[in-house]
Amino acid sequence: MIADPTDTADTADTADTTGPADTTGPAAASEPAGTFTPRPGAAPLGRMIRAQAALETRLLLRNGEQLLLVIIIPTLLLALFSAVDIVDTGDGDAVDFLAPGVLALAVLSTAFTGQAIATGFERRYGVLKRLGASPLPRWGLLTAKTCAVLVTEVLQVALLTAVALALGWSPHGNPATVALLLLLGTAAFSGLGLLMAGTLRAEATLAAANLVFLLLLFGGGVVVPLDNFPGGVESVLSFLPVSALSDGLRDVLRDGAGVPWANLGVLAAWAVLGLGAAGRFFRWE
Amino acid sequence: MRPGPTGVGARKLPPGAGPLGATGVRHGSAPHSVARPLTSPPSRGLPPNGWSSLRRLPPMRDEPSPSHLPRPAPGGAAGEAPAVEIVGLFKRYGTKTAVDGLTLSVARGSVTAVLGPNGAGKTTTIETCEGYRRPDEGSVRVLGLDPLADAARLRPRIGVMLQSGGIYPGARAAEMLRHTATLHAHPVDVDTLIERLGLESCGRTVYRRLSGGQQQRLALAMAVVGRPELVFLDEPTAGLDPQARRATWDLVRELRTDGVSVVLTTHHMDEAEQLADEVAIIDGGKVIAAGSPEALCRGGAENSLRFSGRPALDVVSLLKALPVECTAIELTPGSYRITGNITPQLLATVTSWCAQHGVLPDRLSVERHTLEDVFLELTGKELRA
Repeated sequence: MIADPTDTADTADTADTTGPADTTGPAAASEPAGTFTPRPGAAPLGRMIRAQAALETRLLLRNGEQLLLVIIIPTLLLALFSAVDIVDTGDGDAVDFLAPGVLALAVLSTAFTGQAIATGFERRYGVLKRLGASPLPRWGLLTAKTCAVLVTEVLQVALLTAVALALGWSPHGNPATVALLLLLGTAAFSGLGLLMAGTLRAEATLAAANLVFLLLLFGGGVVVPLDNFPGGVESVLSFLPVSALSDGLRDVLRDGAGVPWANLGVLAAWAVLGLGAAGRFFRWE
Repeated sequence: MRPGPTGVGARKLPPGAGPLGATGVRHGSAPHSVARPLTSPPSRGLPPNGWSSLRRLPPMRDEPSPSHLPRPAPGGAAGEAPAVEIVGLFKRYGTKTAVDGLTLSVARGSVTAVLGPNGAGKTTTIETCEGYRRPDEGSVRVLGLDPLADAARLRPRIGVMLQSGGIYPGARAAEMLRHTATLHAHPVDVDTLIERLGLESCGRTVYRRLSGGQQQRLALAMAVVGRPELVFLDEPTAGLDPQARRATWDLVRELRTDGVSVVLTTHHMDEAEQLADEVAIIDGGKVIAAGSPEALCRGGAENSLRFSGRPALDVVSLLKALPVECTAIELTPGSYRITGNITPQLLATVTSWCAQHGVLPDRLSVERHTLEDVFLELTGKELRA
């Protein structure tokens, strides 16, 4: 307060310099602003997305059920089915058949099942709604979610590769082709997972996502070769995204094939369908 | 495009209870006046002393702010829009009309309480302001912006506390608040805010394990951490114990002192009386009364003065001494009631009349109507389906 507040002639000036929001004037600079004096503004986009991705990754890795789904189950399946001759995996080492399939399963578990369940409950608990009122734009939130999925997949691939190598796996092929397959698979599963999370009740998503995981585990060429099924069934199953991914990965990693265009095409079609439908039908509340 | 001062649906508006937004008009006409709301009496500007944990905190960051930042200019610089301006809002869900032509204006820098029975349309109205609902008809402007079309510009400037939820069940309290702070350019210091709301002991507790009161306080902290110009608090004290409620009240008062506009919904009439500069009572999707709590209590229902004395006093003689609008009756032998605007002057008149007539007024009491009386009178006492 620099002017006598009782000096009516100066009332206007006094009011200006004592206004709680005014910290720009030279006189007001000496006056402490309040804790909550408005100073709104969004953080830079990159910082927001990084922070959101880091939070989502931490939450995922801290969640026991998610860890079971994305780390423990794929690792156990790989170790168990490689060590014990449960299913006829054809010629060659079982691990050479199983490792590509389990990598596909890892992508399925994170991008589809895990993401669908987590997002479904975030929607149910109003997390998505509340974030909708934050400075983070919706596409920024989806970018962050994708980053969290990719970080988790990198951890999965590193762990599963190490386990498979320990079990005598000898991978072939071009790593860039493998990365392309994994990325397209992630896009396809993310679209389908978000479609489910954004349209069904959280409990229904939980049940359906787990059921689909289980069905695809056995019917998607992950641990059971598709040619163990009758011909008609096999050709239908081969169009599933997880079949296309595991088959493509197997062509490259086991057989040293070039670019598996047919499988990439199937995955791309699922990605377009899934992401398109999710974009169209996703409800945030 | 300012609505008329008697906004749509403001029936039963008691005398002296102006529509919300009266102060907004004054802002426009006095470009160099203070940013503090003109309506709030000085006595309401400071927190009470009774709450021991309350401290005025030092500013978190006091470097001069860049001039391009949107901020509430003192006194509302030329043309500054009201905090909220709703005109003729309609919102239907199927056949049910949730909001039925609601008009409401909220001045900058004020605390406005939106009261109403369950299902009155409070949350729908607030959520339309927050950009969650698209109006079927009518216009909604928040800080002069369209909540949907200008969402990207508006979101950083408002703080939102949902009626429930909104937080990852597996996120730790401090982690969540720190994350929300990271989304803003100039957040309040997180540790200070945690201490301020008494959340120190549960900073590492995950949200789903917090008590209901802790969950509410965390949501409140998240609404204010970004130093918004305007905060929407949907039932901020629902389910809180008395201490936590007072901590929340103190925070709301401090927000107002610091120049933040606050719109809150509540079922607690005492909360509205304690906190609000302006009250809007909503029923059936319309504003049925609006004004300061004092004006609503003064005008919404008559106050009364009761006393006991010997039976069969000359009530007609007493009435002659009183202002014309007053009534005086002997309710039961020896028990008297005067209704009207009970002022200190009127009380003096009554006691001096008693003195002249050799009456010792026993059990003399002034019964002021509370906001709750006004609310029940306007919205009906019966429970709704």
